[in-house]
Amino acid sequence: MKLSREEVRHLALLVHLGLSDEEVERLREQLSNILENFEILQKVDTTGVEPTAHCIALENVLRDDVPAASLPADRVLANAPDREENYLKVRAVLEQ
Amino acid sequence: MDLFRLTAHEAADLLRRRETSSLELTLAALGRISSVDSRVRAFVTVCEEQALQQAKAADERLKNGNTTPLTGVPALIKDNLCTNGVRTTCSSKMLENFVPPYDATVVEKLKAAGMVMLGKTNMDEFAMGSSTEHSAFFPTRNPWDLSRVPGGSSGGSAVGVAADECFYALGSDTGGSIRQPAGFCSVVGLKPTYGRVSRFGLVAFASSLDQIGPLTKDVTDCALVMNAISGHDPRDSTSLPHPVPDYTQSLVRDLKGLRLGVPQEYFVAGMQPGVKDAMDVALARLRELGAEIDWNVSLPHTPYALAVYYIIAPSEASANLARYDGVKYGFSAKEATSMWDGLEKTKQFGFGPEVKRRIMLGTYALSSGYYDAYYLKAQKVRTLIRREFDQAFEKYDALITPTSPAVPFKIGEKTDDPLQMYLSDICTLPMNIAGIPGISIPAGFVDGLPVGLQIIGKPLGEETLMRVAFAYEQSTEWHRRKPPL
Repeated sequence: MKLSREEVRHLALLVHLGLSDEEVERLREQLSNILENFEILQKVDTTGVEPTAHCIALENVLRDDVPAASLPADRVLANAPDREENYLKVRAVLEQ
Repeated sequence: MDLFRLTAHEAADLLRRRETSSLELTLAALGRISSVDSRVRAFVTVCEEQALQQAKAADERLKNGNTTPLTGVPALIKDNLCTNGVRTTCSSKMLENFVPPYDATVVEKLKAAGMVMLGKTNMDEFAMGSSTEHSAFFPTRNPWDLSRVPGGSSGGSAVGVAADECFYALGSDTGGSIRQPAGFCSVVGLKPTYGRVSRFGLVAFASSLDQIGPLTKDVTDCALVMNAISGHDPRDSTSLPHPVPDYTQSLVRDLKGLRLGVPQEYFVAGMQPGVKDAMDVALARLRELGAEIDWNVSLPHTPYALAVYYIIAPSEASANLARYDGVKYGFSAKEATSMWDGLEKTKQFGFGPEVKRRIMLGTYALSSGYYDAYYLKAQKVRTLIRREFDQAFEKYDALITPTSPAVPFKIGEKTDDPLQMYLSDICTLPMNIAGIPGISIPAGFVDGLPVGLQIIGKPLGEETLMRVAFAYEQSTEWHRRKPPL
């Protein structure tokens, strides 16, 4: 599996990860190499095998809906890079 | 006798007999830290002032009764476990200044038990790595040979224990991150069954694989820490409701009636000859202790574990790490032209190369057109790997393998070749894939470098693991050897 630079750029866009040209090239090589090694999986016969998402499957974990104390807003927001009163401040989402 | 050399249970015994105080133990550990840590660099943060306060509080508690076996015993916490008011960095620039407003459940439990927290330990960034070289701050060094890696990602915790900078530590293990550094540093490291220990407050890497566990100086300490941290937690819906046994009851010295299997696939070409020799000697010892050993167990899907792991773990990571958007907490790129640009730059400058590699790998495996061939296929093979273990445990009480195919490698040796780095977890990944427990214990040395023995058990089989580990440990002197620091 050889990835192209465009494919690497496309993947980065999907997760909004900024990359320099140098990083794109290095990742293209490394990911291609890693994925090539993972083609070994195609040899395994998995006909009729169910996928496992979690090994210890607990189903329908429920609890009573009881109100409990939560952290004060000031503590929760103490790590915010930018805030105004009890709001997180972000750059404009919709641009003109 | 230097107090810092003591195991946690030895220190606790002295405390109970009033022959020392928590303050003395804490000062001894802090002294040790200032004399050796500049060489090994296990710490991201040392909490001297807070530790001294906690020690004084523990001494009060020891006077008044109402104690637990770990009251007043100083410990280290891996820096991906949230600690209220103490920064939790994940050894990443992204969280360099992040101060959690709450404690992880395991931290809360240990504090309730009377822990003195000496500090937070270095790790591979976001727990992604096998050498602690991927820390965004600095690499941690192996105390047995300062030119070599301590393993990872819980390298700081393993080194803190091996170098006697604490009495016990917590780590996390997603693919071997407790066991492999425990093996590389000649300490005891346990990855519990998935769900045995609450993950609440553990910074998520791969949520179906992550587990928290102890790194300790001996197996008795491992049992004591497991007693303190195990159990159901309403804040982690994947934590298991099963009652927690008293693990110290498993510490018996004979193995009569136990059937141990040795899976051939773990003794593959490329394994260092000295490691194989150490395994042979250890297996002979286990037989002398009364265990029945079958050398011909086969787990034929083992060779696929690496690919399964490095598809599933990065896929989960790519989803988990999407939360680092520079808005709620963590690093935020200031110079940006728009919201999207800010998001991209935050990740570009906040994450290191290995984290970016895994985000990209996971995004690829989950992306449209490749999902079936990679992610879904890996999940199906995961089923086969789990099934194979289930079948093996119908015949054997535990399986025995090396913790790693080789002794610790040189710093810098594998950083340019991610696939080579991934291969150093080859013996530990399958247990995370299957959700089963594994423990690494000291099993000798090759040219002065540690070798770890791994004991693998069925789901919630921790008691059997500790029984085998304790009987072996007590018949050897490996755990008493100290690195030349």
